[in-house]
This record gives sequence, C-alpha cells and structure tokens, in this order.
Amino acid sequence: MTSPVISFQDYSFQYMAQAEPTLKHINLDIYPGEKVLIAGTSGSGKSTIGNCINGLIPFAYPGKSTGKLLVDGAEADKSSIFELSHTVGTVLQDTDGQFIGLTVGEDIAFAPENDCVPQEEMKQLVDKVAGLVDIDHHLEYAPQELSGGQKQRVSLAGVMVEEVKVLLFDEPLANLDPAAGRSTIELIDMVHERTGAAVLIIEHRLEDVLWRSMDRIILMNEGEIAADMPVEELLAGNLLLQHGIREPLYLTALRYAGVEICKELHPEHVDHLVLEPEDKAKVQNWYQVQKAEIRTRTHGEELLRVENLDFGYTPDKYNLQGINFTIHKGEMVSIVGRNGAGKSTMAKLICGFEKPVSGAIYMEGRNLEKDTIKERAARIGYVMQNPNQMISKPMIWDEVEMALVQSGMPKEERTKRVEETLKVCGLYAFRNWPVSALSFGQKKRVTIASILVQRPQVIILDEPTAGQDYRHYTEIMDFLKALNEKGYTILMITHDMHLMLEYTERAIVFSEGSLLADTTAAHVLNDPELVKAASLKETSLYTLSLACGIKEPQVFTECFIGYENKEVR
Amino acid sequence: MARIAILSYIKRNSPVHELTGTTKLIFFIAWSVASMVTYDTRVLVCMLLISAVVFKVSKIKIRDIRIVLGLAAVFLLMNNLFVYLFAPEYGVELYGSRDVLFTIAGPYTITLQQLFYHLNMTMKVICVVPVALLFIACTDPSEFAASLASIGVSYRIGYSVSLALRYIPDVQREYHNISQAQQARGIDLSGKDKLFTRLKNSVAILLPLILSSLNRIETVSNAMELRGFGKKKKRTWYARRQMKRNDWLTIGFVLTILVVDLVVTFWDGSRYFNPFV
Repeated sequence: MTSPVISFQDYSFQYMAQAEPTLKHINLDIYPGEKVLIAGTSGSGKSTIGNCINGLIPFAYPGKSTGKLLVDGAEADKSSIFELSHTVGTVLQDTDGQFIGLTVGEDIAFAPENDCVPQEEMKQLVDKVAGLVDIDHHLEYAPQELSGGQKQRVSLAGVMVEEVKVLLFDEPLANLDPAAGRSTIELIDMVHERTGAAVLIIEHRLEDVLWRSMDRIILMNEGEIAADMPVEELLAGNLLLQHGIREPLYLTALRYAGVEICKELHPEHVDHLVLEPEDKAKVQNWYQVQKAEIRTRTHGEELLRVENLDFGYTPDKYNLQGINFTIHKGEMVSIVGRNGAGKSTMAKLICGFEKPVSGAIYMEGRNLEKDTIKERAARIGYVMQNPNQMISKPMIWDEVEMALVQSGMPKEERTKRVEETLKVCGLYAFRNWPVSALSFGQKKRVTIASILVQRPQVIILDEPTAGQDYRHYTEIMDFLKALNEKGYTILMITHDMHLMLEYTERAIVFSEGSLLADTTAAHVLNDPELVKAASLKETSLYTLSLACGIKEPQVFTECFIGYENKEVR
Repeated sequence: MARIAILSYIKRNSPVHELTGTTKLIFFIAWSVASMVTYDTRVLVCMLLISAVVFKVSKIKIRDIRIVLGLAAVFLLMNNLFVYLFAPEYGVELYGSRDVLFTIAGPYTITLQQLFYHLNMTMKVICVVPVALLFIACTDPSEFAASLASIGVSYRIGYSVSLALRYIPDVQREYHNISQAQQARGIDLSGKDKLFTRLKNSVAILLPLILSSLNRIETVSNAMELRGFGKKKKRTWYARRQMKRNDWLTIGFVLTILVVDLVVTFWDGSRYFNPFV
C-alpha cells in the first residue's frame, strides 16, 4: 500500500490562549487521491485539523503540539507555511475575503507571482488553470462582478496553479446558495478526477457534500475522532444525531416511516437508495396517515402591504419592478431568491433605508411614505446577518437598551422594558455580562433583543442562521418560532431550504427584480422551475417520494414538516 | 448599492491610461518636485498650461472628480487664509518692496507683494492637484503595486497600498449597511443632534466597522500566506505592462521639464521671480 500523504500520529494541539487542548490524540491517515469529509459541530476541532495540515497552525495561530504530523513525509512543524503550500492547497470558507487580486486573472496568478514565475509563463499557466475550472472567460472581472459560485471557482483555480497533492476545503458551502453549493460539489468532484489530488472537505452540511460520493467520513467530537468509516456505515447508525450533525432529509423521512437504515439500503445518495417493496409500503402508509392530519393555519388581519412598487439605485436600471404582496399578522414568511434578485433591497425599502421610485408600502392600511427610518423602526425591526455588524456596546444590557436611550425614554420604564425583553430572549441571566463572552448564537440573540426592545410588530431577519451548525441553527430557529407564537410577525431572507421548509409556511420568491411566486414553501421546493429561478434545489424528499410511488411530492413534503412539528419538537 | 465612490480608478480609453503605472508614477513625482521647488511665476504658468492639456487628453471629466476637487479647493482656501493671518507681511519680506493697496485692520494690510506671493502659492497647488488626481484616476489599481515596486519600493508596501484600494469599495458598502441598521435603532447622524452626541453616535457605527475590518484582515492575511506571499525577496507581477515608446517619451519630457524648471528657477540665485525690482 502507498504511504499516506497526511499522517497524524497521536497528535494533540492546544491554542496558546486556551486552557484545554483543541485536538486530543488524533490518529489519522489520508492517502493520495482519497476523498474525505471531515464533519463535526462548531468547536469540535474540525477546522483546527485543517489549519494543522496547511500550516496556519503554528505559523499564524501559535500553540503547543505533541505527537507527530507528517505532510508528504515531512514533519509539518519543522517545515514552513510556504513549503506546505506546495503540497496542500487551501480554499477558505470566506469567498470574498480570500480574493486577493483585483481581477480574476491576478488572483489566480497570486501564488506564481510570489514564486517569481516570469510573466509570460505565468499568463499561460493562468489560462490553463482557469480553463480547468471554467472561469477562463472572466479573467478581467473584478470580485464584485462575480457570483458566489464563480468566486469559489477562482479560489479553487488559485490553489490549483501549484499542482498540489492535497486540496483542502474549509466549509466551502457556507456562503453559497443551494444551487451554487451543488455546482461547487460537482466542481470539486471534477477537479478531483482531473488532478488526482486528495480532497479533504471540512463541512457540517452533510447532505449537500454527499451529492457526489466521498470515500469516508471523519466525525469529530470535542477534539477527538468519534468515527472514521465509509459513508454508508456512518449513515446507517445514529452517530450523526448524537453528535449534532443533521443527517440527510430522506433518511430522516425513512426513519419516521419506520424503515430501518442499514448499509444494504445504500443510504449515501438518494438516487442510489435500494428500497425493498415493504420499505416503500411503510413510507406509503406513513404518508396516508399523515396526509389526513394536514391542517392549514388561518391568516390574521393584513399587516403589511406592498403595492406596485418600483425601485432602482440608479435611474437607468430598476432593481425591483412591479412588486405586490401582503403580509398578515402572526405570519412567518421566507423571502428567497438568488443573490442580487432584490431580496435585501426589498427589506431596505420596507425599513425606509431606501425610497421607492413609485408604488407604496402600507402598514395596517396606512401609507408609510412620510415616515422616517426612526419612526418606522418602532414598528419594523431589521436584524443584519452578522451580529458583529450590529453590536456596538461592550455590555449586553447597554446594547439592548441603546435604542430606548436614544428615544429619550425615562430610566424606570427603560429598565422594565429591557428586563422583559432579556427574559423573552433567555438572556436575563447574562444581563450584566460583556458581549464578548457570548457565543455566536447568543450574540445573534442579543441583536434580536436589541430590536425587540423597541416592540416592533414585524421583524425582518437577513440570513438568521448563516454558517451555523445544526445545533445552533435549531437553537436560533426555535427561538424565532417561539417569538412568532407570541404574536410577532417574522420575515426572513434566506438561502436555507431546511429553514424555509421547516419553519415557514409561506415563501416569496424573487428573481431578477420581480416577484416570481408567493406560495407555500413546500410548493416552491417541489416546482422545478421555481427551484431553478430561485437558485435553490429540489429537496431529497421530492426524489424519495417519487421513488416510493407517491405522486404528490409536495404533499409528502408537507406531511414530513407537519410530522416534525407535531412529534419531534 | 448607492454610488458613494469618492476617488477611484476611472476606466476610459485615452493616451494617459495607456501609459504604464511606472511612467505615471515617475511623472507625478517629477512634476511634484518641479512645482514644489519653484516660485517662478513664468515656469508655473507653463506648467499650469501643460497640466490643463494633460487633463484634457486623459478624458477624465471635472464632474468625475468634483468631490475631491471641492475638498482641494477648501483646503487651498484655508491654507491661504492661515498664511495671511500668521504672516501678512511675508510677501514684502520676500520681494523687498511694499506697495500697500489698502488696510483692513491693525497689522493686516493688503500689499501687492503679499497678493503676488499668494498667487504663486496657489498656482503651485493647482499645478500638482490635477496630475495627482490623474495618477489615481488613470492608473489601473492592478498596476499600482507593480509600479511602486518598479521604482524600488518594497513589494510588501506596494501590496498593502493595492489591497487597501481593493477593500475600499467593500468597506464603504459595509459602512453604508451598518449605518442604516443603526439608524433604525435611533442613531441619528443627520446633524439634528449636538456635536458631542453625534460623535458618540458615530462610535456606534465605527466600532462594528472596525471589528469586521479586523476580521477581514485576518482572513486575507491567512489567504496570502497560504499562497506564499512573502516567501522571496522579489516577486513578479501578472498585471505589469511593458514600457512602450510613449512611456519613454513621457518620462523624457517630464525630466526635461524638471531640468528646465531647476535651471530657470535657480539661474539668478533665488527661487523667487521678482517683478517688483
């Protein structure tokens, strides 16, 4: 057998600033040409493994290590980040942040530039690699002119120029919409075939990665390897759920229906499932039972109405055109569509950050046209994607109180309101804590609290769960759901199909500046045309239901959601 | 995204754009030295004419850069004002004669010599500003670092400059977003509040902006190291262009101007052209 290209031997690592080691006694071999998925929740140590391999540890993040790590036969900590970069090419999760050059061509050429490759040779090299990942027609483009998926291609080309032996992807799907995520996985697969490099993907979105086959999965938990086995074996057990990783939806549905997941089922891909007739019968029975129980919720009164709205940042081009929709009291609605479709612009118009060119927005029947941002904010709250973009006070209490202080409310009333809000958000125990002591999910709560304190009737959230693992995702979404049940109306801009399907009944689809559909989430995900326009992808439930002979995949999806809401939560 | 770009590369097709970044950098430096050194009105008038022509050739329009021009004008006015306030007799001292036009109050009289001195000072600035602006507006940012490196500046410094350029639009966008979200929480920067409150309020926007910029820096520096930045003493440049005939002509031209400027200026042993003798 060939020798491993990466080999951890009883390896432990502790960051300088931390009291506990992040990696504990890791033993792991990666062989040339292998395709391995490293999964785990945030804080499980999966990213740390990646950083050890590419040399960011210890060169950028110092710490103490014991044991041995061999990369291409050489000891990593006696090497340098530059030498390692010839063996390991790393694609980071932030597609924007890692774009160094001012154009695509320059960015791909960055590594050869540092290697003093002559210009002529460099240009040929760039052309060749750009062709490999199909970005050769965009060499002159600036990063802001590219889509997320295209940036991902550039990042990949930028590390492939080195002819590395290992390609390392650190959460490659985190910032992509479902369709772009899928094509990224296809791209990685293609590059793997063409170059024969070993591929390591660090990711918690299991179902998305498994769109193309992987040789094995390493499951990380609290700094240790919890499992290292072929994909089908891991999916058959219940290790994933134990460690806070979401299994593919179709497997969950099969379990609900009482089908036992075993290796022989070929659970690694929905298209390859081998379902026995009795399995299919189980699914069909379950479907019939659930179908009878579907209930539709009745709408409240009209709360927000957008009428014939047109808007453009510049006079010569409209970013939104002819938009009409109505939101009712107590609804929870997803706003979906690919990047640049106009979702965020719509939110900004509702909040009054931008003014419509024509058309109007009504709240409880009153035209909002003359209301200032501040006046609207008392009724419409807006929560940005990244809590770090909003938090501006060091202490939790001050942060939540800020809007009230600004409005000149007397101190007593302020205290009462802040206390109430903190209790609603489950932050009361932390009220005297500094913000910096909180986790990402808790910070998100603080930003929601700082908006809730103004008692808005509608809350608009931009990508509330972006980049969160399943545990934090569930935590944030259950909290929002609880708020919704208390009577808050919630609008969410999202790419996350699970979120849309499981938490919102209704979805509004934007495409290229117009409103393409306004229907149930289940309907959107089961309509191939809408799926394509919104840069989503059909769920595996769709494929599963067809495989089981169920003719109404949309209803099947609704059953699944109904069952989850009723039985599981 | 609203247009809030203040000064950046403006892509046009012009002979000025076609010159390499290195040529434009050398032109800019030589030009600045020439206009800083001289107080000779005749030289300044010639330079003023040339910079007007170059501006015209570049196809950059006044309205493209009106914000910066406005700022420069304000700055120039302030400069003139302060020079006069602190040294109202400086022109008299320089030129050795005193022709009073009228008196404002106390020591503040308006003399012909002082006015002439201010005229020269203003012309020096007006000579440099368009060339400086053109250098920024007509140099492809991709070439920026390469051109700095070509005149011997360390590529690390050159690259920091070019990265800063790369991130200006991102940071502007982020500032815009953060400030909108904070306005929705009652943070008002529109000027209705007192100055102190406004300063306090701007912290509410700057703090998140700085934190997110620090994050950005961490990511990009990791990305750069992972791709071998800083490995060698030198590096090559993908976007560097070859010097052409026009480049050499331009460099020759500006160096000639510099020499003529120095000769004319120092011929009679004084930097100042004195029409009052």
